[in-house]
Amino acid sequence: MTFLNFFISGISLGSIYAIIALGYTMVYGIAKMLNFAHGDVIMVGAYVCFYAVARYELNPFLGVVIAMIVCTILGMIVERLAYKPLRQAPSLAVLITAIGMSYFLQNTALLLWSSNPKVFPSIVGRGAFKLFDGELSISHITALTIIACLVIMAVLTLFISKTKMGKAMRACSEDKGAAQLMGINVNATISMTFAIGSGLAAVAGALLCSAYPTLMPTTGSLPGIKAFTAAVFGGIGSIPGAFLGGLMLGVIEIFAKAYISSQLSDAVVFGVLIVVLLVKPAGLLGKMTQEKV
Amino acid sequence: MTMRRLINLKRAEARKIYLTYAVVIVAYIVCQVMSSTKFLSSSMRGMLVPICAYMVMAVSLNLVVGILGELSLGHAGFMSVGAFSGVATAILLQGVIPFAPVRLAIAMIVAAIFAAFAGFIIGIPVLRLKGDYLAIVTLAFGEIIKSILNNFYMGIDSQGIQMSMLSDTTRLLPGGKLIIRGPMGISGIQKIATFPAGAILLIIALMIVFNLVNSRSGRAFMAIRDDRIAAESIGLDITKYKMMAFVMSAALAGAAGALFAMNYSTIVANKFDFNTSILILVFVVLGGQGNMLGGIIAAAVLTILPEKLRSFSEYRMLLYAIVLIVMMLATNNAEIKEFLSRLNPFRRKEA
Amino acid sequence: MKAKTKYVPVPSTTILPERDAGRAPVLECVKLGITLGGIKAVEDFNLTVGRTEIVGLIGPNGAGKTTVFNLLTKVYQPTTGTILLNGQDTHGMDTRQVNKAGIARTFQNIRLFRNLSVIDNVKTAMNNEMHYNMLSTILRLPDYRREEVAAHRRALKLLSIFDMQHMADAPAGSLPYGAQRRLEIVRALATNPSLLLLDEPAAGMNPSETADLMDNIRKVHEMFQIAIVLIEHDMSLVMNICEGICVLNFGHVIAKGTPDEIQNNPAVIEAYLGRKKEA
Repeated sequence: MTFLNFFISGISLGSIYAIIALGYTMVYGIAKMLNFAHGDVIMVGAYVCFYAVARYELNPFLGVVIAMIVCTILGMIVERLAYKPLRQAPSLAVLITAIGMSYFLQNTALLLWSSNPKVFPSIVGRGAFKLFDGELSISHITALTIIACLVIMAVLTLFISKTKMGKAMRACSEDKGAAQLMGINVNATISMTFAIGSGLAAVAGALLCSAYPTLMPTTGSLPGIKAFTAAVFGGIGSIPGAFLGGLMLGVIEIFAKAYISSQLSDAVVFGVLIVVLLVKPAGLLGKMTQEKV
Repeated sequence: MTMRRLINLKRAEARKIYLTYAVVIVAYIVCQVMSSTKFLSSSMRGMLVPICAYMVMAVSLNLVVGILGELSLGHAGFMSVGAFSGVATAILLQGVIPFAPVRLAIAMIVAAIFAAFAGFIIGIPVLRLKGDYLAIVTLAFGEIIKSILNNFYMGIDSQGIQMSMLSDTTRLLPGGKLIIRGPMGISGIQKIATFPAGAILLIIALMIVFNLVNSRSGRAFMAIRDDRIAAESIGLDITKYKMMAFVMSAALAGAAGALFAMNYSTIVANKFDFNTSILILVFVVLGGQGNMLGGIIAAAVLTILPEKLRSFSEYRMLLYAIVLIVMMLATNNAEIKEFLSRLNPFRRKEA
Repeated sequence: MKAKTKYVPVPSTTILPERDAGRAPVLECVKLGITLGGIKAVEDFNLTVGRTEIVGLIGPNGAGKTTVFNLLTKVYQPTTGTILLNGQDTHGMDTRQVNKAGIARTFQNIRLFRNLSVIDNVKTAMNNEMHYNMLSTILRLPDYRREEVAAHRRALKLLSIFDMQHMADAPAGSLPYGAQRRLEIVRALATNPSLLLLDEPAAGMNPSETADLMDNIRKVHEMFQIAIVLIEHDMSLVMNICEGICVLNFGHVIAKGTPDEIQNNPAVIEAYLGRKKEA
């Protein structure tokens, strides 16, 4: 039973990673850049949600919606100001700019909200479902997180495969030049991708801080790096890959903490990533591209 | 005569190399004079050694990023391997070699060897990967090294060196001394790193990298960077040369780590995290990939800048972030570049 | 004008120039084939190349010519068949080992080391004949200087064959198109191959450049006494310098023979011009 408990908390943590990883993977698939500022968008989302709920006493779900709106706009502004001018620049320059943006968001948060940790109220309270005479306990937030992840995954898959914008996104990720010739507005598509990714980051922020209630300006960085790892794990650029990678990473992390060592859990997670990449160099579900000679 | 020695160099390249050495030496003399005439504030004087260490880190990472063309996001890991092994060596030798500069030199060499070994171990899996995947795996290794050092205990007693992981189970005999103490790192370090030592290390690092770049190995690195398939088609062993660059770079980072650590009384593994790796990458990118002098200058400026911005107190890191973004935009966006060059009164007229 | 080559039959259904008849061929491909993405890109490809023969590999676009080069140089591992290079089976070798065994190539889409100087491109290709170690590199010991100077001289000599010695210090990426193609040939030659594969060496060249290239290829052939296989669409070049021609279409060899035979072969004419409508 403890095993099952660990498994469920692993899936829950993994669901959060998966939601964040979706943002990484979508942006990578289309803009071919590692958006290191993504983790800090999570933090912004969590703060907005925190203030909406704790300060203005709004309904938690309304708080999440507001956070999503703010982060969506933030994501689009960041893309427009910092990344769009570098569309033709070498990828390393874009990477450094993204890192600069990450510092910028963290330090702005530091000025606005100070470095004192805030205690985040869970958006669904601290209750739990008790199963098997209380031996298996699933907190409400755990259940909500898993459900949210499944819903997001389903909606996103439908969006990508069925809608015009979704098809435009796939076209852009295949070949931007050809997409442009087919009349797709590439810039609008990229902007939309950032908007969706950042909106999801806000959801992830609210869920993350509901489960782990300490909120600081640096809250987003480590989950950001982990989720990035999850995206690579599943095959960066692949949406089902991000989902799978996120879940697996969460489970591995919780199991490593429980059964190996809590101090070394990060090392185990990264070790597994390395092993996976050695066996499947493009991640679990990524496609290997062969260079044409 | 000098041209003959650099027979395979274009004149411009040779000039650039000599310029780099000259700038470093002149800067060293100026700093040394200013420091001894109390012209430098004590906080600035305290930064001389870390700046040297960061400069060596920039040179070392430039070998991988600029010359070999692979992105590494875990370079601080090698620095920490060097820091811990170097400091531990210096502490072990405290009684044996009383003369500090020799102890420092030996510590740096040991640090370089340990870091090179770490680079080799990591290189075996890493170098089979490409591009962003290689980058993420270096990041992963950086984090793994940090985690391991955070849980590593080492001490010495009359029976020799004792080690343990996770918790202190070294069971040292009375009179023994615990050197590395897990998350507490190493404390009570004798600060034997000096500015002249840092300058010498930098010159040696430059010499190694320049001589390497202008040799058959260096040409192979750059050929792999420019076109891997063509490099294979002319018989270059890609894995061997990638490994060579990676190990050499790790060794230099290790020596820099030892220098860096012996400027402080305490050193912990968390000091060498992802942010440190990124900081060094920023030096390399801002200084220009493959441009050693550029990386050195960027290292100095970006280490001093946050200090100088102290008067802006809490805004300083924000300003730093803005400076970083604006600099990347200014150097990489065609329109902004064009705009800036129009502002430049010395711009050459188009023919 | 070039001398007419006399041909003698050899067992593997191929013909060799008379001068190569008594010697083992440099290359023998037997039933070579590869499936790429479910399509048989090359199937049942047989070719024997004499020690000093110049062979043309022609065919319409998409016929699989470059794929044959990629198979020979192990950029792709063949699905079926064997490649014997100087009598040695290349099974299990990778690109680098095949190069060491004697095959050098150029690429259809030029693949130079763009940021290296012209001479460094050539010297990089001499890497395997230089032996000074890391210590000599860093301390600039005498063997470093000796080998570097020797390589430098040889690189200049090779460049001078193509009249490129004056641009030795220019970055390779800055050269005009024709010069980049020539540099690729020089770089390939610097690895001391016994078989040189040229992938469309005249692509994008004007007629006078093509004529110069033709002279250069003959010169290289004479100086180094090596075998050359070239893929080319310029028929005047192929018919002029090749002694044997192999025609590919849809991954299959549809004809082999001397230039005269190929020019009058109905299957070749059909592959290039299409079938004549039945009246």
